[in-house]
Amino acid sequence: MALYRSRGSGVGNMTAVFGLLAGAIVFSGFRVVTSRNVMHSALYLVGALGGTAALFVMLSAEFVAWVLVLVYIGAVIVLFLFGVMITRAPMGREASLDNEKRGFAAATAGLLFLMLSGSSLYAFKDVELQGLGETVSTADLGISLLGRFVLPFEIVSFLLLAALIGGIVLARKDLTPAQEEEGGAV
Amino acid sequence: MSIVPILILSSALFSLGVYGMLARRNAVMVLLAIELMLNAVNINLIAFEAAWGTVGAIGQVFTIFLITVAAAEVGIGLAIVILVFRNRATANLDDFTLMKG
Amino acid sequence: MNSFIKLGALAVEEVKELSTGGWAAENAWIMLVLPFVSALAILALGKRKKLWGSRIAIGMMSYVFLHGGWLWYLSITQGVVYEKAVSIGDVGQNFHLEWGWVVDGLSSMMYFVVGTVALLVFIYASSYMKGEKRYAGFFASLSLFAGAMLVLVASPNIVQLIVGWELVGVASYLLIGHYWENKENSSAGMKAFLVNKVADVGLIIGAIMVAVGAGSFRITEILHAAEEGTAGMTKVAVAGAGLLFIGAMGKSAQFPLHVWLPDAMAGPTPVSALMHAATMVTAGVYLLARFFPLYEGLGEPVRVYIMWIGAITLLLTGLLALVQTDLKKVLAYSTLSQLGYMVTAMGAGAYTAGIFHLFTHAFFKALLFLAAGSVIHAVHSNDMTDMGGIRKFMPTTYKTFLIGSIALAGLPPLAGFFSKDEILVGIDIANVTGNQFVLWTAIAGAFITPLYMTRAIALTFFGSYKGHGEPHEAPKTMTIPLVVLAALSVVAGWVNIPGVYTGFATWTAQRAEEMDLHHAESFDYALLTAGVVAALLGVVVGWRLWGKDAETQEARDTFEIPVLYPLLRNKYYLDDFYLWLVGLIKGPLARFVDWVNSYVIDTIVNAIGAMMVGLGGIVYTVLDQKGIDLFMNGLAGLAGGSGGKLRLLQTGRVQQYAGAFVLGAVVLVIAFVAIG
Repeated sequence: MALYRSRGSGVGNMTAVFGLLAGAIVFSGFRVVTSRNVMHSALYLVGALGGTAALFVMLSAEFVAWVLVLVYIGAVIVLFLFGVMITRAPMGREASLDNEKRGFAAATAGLLFLMLSGSSLYAFKDVELQGLGETVSTADLGISLLGRFVLPFEIVSFLLLAALIGGIVLARKDLTPAQEEEGGAV
Repeated sequence: MSIVPILILSSALFSLGVYGMLARRNAVMVLLAIELMLNAVNINLIAFEAAWGTVGAIGQVFTIFLITVAAAEVGIGLAIVILVFRNRATANLDDFTLMKG
Repeated sequence: MNSFIKLGALAVEEVKELSTGGWAAENAWIMLVLPFVSALAILALGKRKKLWGSRIAIGMMSYVFLHGGWLWYLSITQGVVYEKAVSIGDVGQNFHLEWGWVVDGLSSMMYFVVGTVALLVFIYASSYMKGEKRYAGFFASLSLFAGAMLVLVASPNIVQLIVGWELVGVASYLLIGHYWENKENSSAGMKAFLVNKVADVGLIIGAIMVAVGAGSFRITEILHAAEEGTAGMTKVAVAGAGLLFIGAMGKSAQFPLHVWLPDAMAGPTPVSALMHAATMVTAGVYLLARFFPLYEGLGEPVRVYIMWIGAITLLLTGLLALVQTDLKKVLAYSTLSQLGYMVTAMGAGAYTAGIFHLFTHAFFKALLFLAAGSVIHAVHSNDMTDMGGIRKFMPTTYKTFLIGSIALAGLPPLAGFFSKDEILVGIDIANVTGNQFVLWTAIAGAFITPLYMTRAIALTFFGSYKGHGEPHEAPKTMTIPLVVLAALSVVAGWVNIPGVYTGFATWTAQRAEEMDLHHAESFDYALLTAGVVAALLGVVVGWRLWGKDAETQEARDTFEIPVLYPLLRNKYYLDDFYLWLVGLIKGPLARFVDWVNSYVIDTIVNAIGAMMVGLGGIVYTVLDQKGIDLFMNGLAGLAGGSGGKLRLLQTGRVQQYAGAFVLGAVVLVIAFVAIG
């Protein structure tokens, strides 16, 4: 990854780049929740996630960015698409994909946004991003992950195992008692 | 650059996610909105990591964990939705009112 | 003649050269407690092992006799003054309730008398009552009585005295009515109790008056206040002393409250011997003796009444003894007469004489009763008309009876002579109005006493036996007490011979100085002669009237004085008078009470009941149904309604739940930020 070590500070451009990215992400996110097509929502989510990955790169978190792309976009979204297809969600347009509580939801979301951004503005207005030139190396992350955070690491691995098993159990066909006797057909 | 714009971005994403969670009819779409929310949190974490530069890059490590957990959650969530869909032949959340009091 | 008590409220130490009696006095309480304990023990054992009843009682009484005798001995040789009281509570601020015991000359004498006579009577009764019903209960009651009497004479304060007084009354009631299957006997017990109760009104009010006047229940303090003449005491002393005497009149059966004693003869003879001759009836005299300084001091105006009532009793009851056919009734009236002597003596201020007569009388009257019981036991009848010629069959009984009678008659050198003579002297030198008339009454009594005793002896022991078969002499357990008592009747008088040896006077007068001033220094020969002559005259006349036709069966007991004898036979119509008096009150009173009950009390009760029912109805309809039920129903409705409304929140829709908590979280954060 040494190739990607940036050389210059390029701060002046950063704001512009950021603005662009932010716009893209927000637009994608907006389209995720307002699209009438489920497929489109999922794909817009891909867009949002991609923009986020780019943002991560900008924020000197390259490894995380690629993890995001690989895991999230590569696996999760695909899973979503499978799920969409299996549940036979309307692929095309649907009259209304939203329920009757839109207003309330919008109000709540708006309020939430106001609160969060207001408090962020208020509390963190003096915080500056620093050291963007030097990305955190993967080696450092690895050391941290398996050093200081080895316990959460292990626990999350258990979580994944549980999810795996749970998923398998959940997804198999219901067995009649006779079939279960025989050892169950998967 | 100041961190605030990034935070505002993440707030916006989060709020959009909340809207989606509350307003969408399809269960899968709700899950999508939840993914959006989790993503907003990830942005926050990385941003603060970039701002404060902790030892061992706590923010990024946490983000990795979060991604992992989100993946597991999506897996299970979709499995459940599929099961429910098998039972009910509909993924419309408004129809799942068994817990109605 | 004033006597002053040197002893103040507390001071044993003030009195010099008198000892405190050592172990025996300090532990005299054993004598008081042991009888009650033995009564309980007898009751516990009595049903199964009847004979143990008498054994326990005799054992207990032997101890009392020894302990009391020892105290008496100490009193004689050293002089003992000891008083101990244990506080058991307070009434108000100034009055202390105590339980304790006194050991002084007077009390020691009483301990000795009670111990000796009771022991002998118990031994006698163990044989006399053999085979009778409720043998154990009898001895339990006797033990109760002994304990109560000891408590009475040992009491240092007037409350304990009253307690003992009442307990003695209870024991008397129980014992008189021992054969209660016969209605007459239980009625006799009731009569004794009720007449005593009438007198006890006086006792209790009098006790309260003198106690309040003196500011204390303690007898020493009351007496101290009485002779000091404190302000409180002066107001109440005369009335208090008079009322106390009324109480004494009941217990010691003075005219006109004497009517219970003859009927009390319905009880078994040992009871009559112990209680109605020697001990219980002397409680009144004891009371007068104990409170003697009160009657010497502020209570002096009462003494004339005491003396006169004693004299009236003495004479009238003695006359009644002449017409009795029941042997025990003769002795009963004799007791009444002798009690009259004692009371007269106390009224005249002859303390030593009265106490001395109590002392000697206890022995020879108990003897007479026991001997009579011996005869009755053999003949199975109380009636002298069924007897006659007994002296051939029961020589020991006859001899002891004779000795007792001689003592009673007052012939020297037996006990009665000295005590009766003492009384005569005491009356003579008394400073009370009318004492000379009373003196002649006493001398007349000295004539009548041997008169009726000679009649009794003649009718019982002489002549020929009217019954069937041959009565036989009593067993040893019965005759030995007789002999002992006879011996005592002989010697008991010798402790107080004026001019020769006056030990008795000194012994009983401890704690009071100069009380023996009332004691004659030497024989008053005029009175002595008068007394002896009267007695001899009585014997002679009696023998002439009733003993003459000894061998023939006719003309026995036919002597008659026209008006007097019918009056005597009807006991002066006193009983009829009392019945009429009670009847007079009883009818209207009962009708009034019934009226009150029906019209006043029942009305009130019914009204209250109706009111309660109405109230209950109101409570039910208004309070319960409308008020509380409404409230409760309202609450339930509220719960249901709010539940119904709140239920709507549970739509079952996850999104709505999610929306709710996001909103809530936002609001909370805003709130925290705004506040904090």
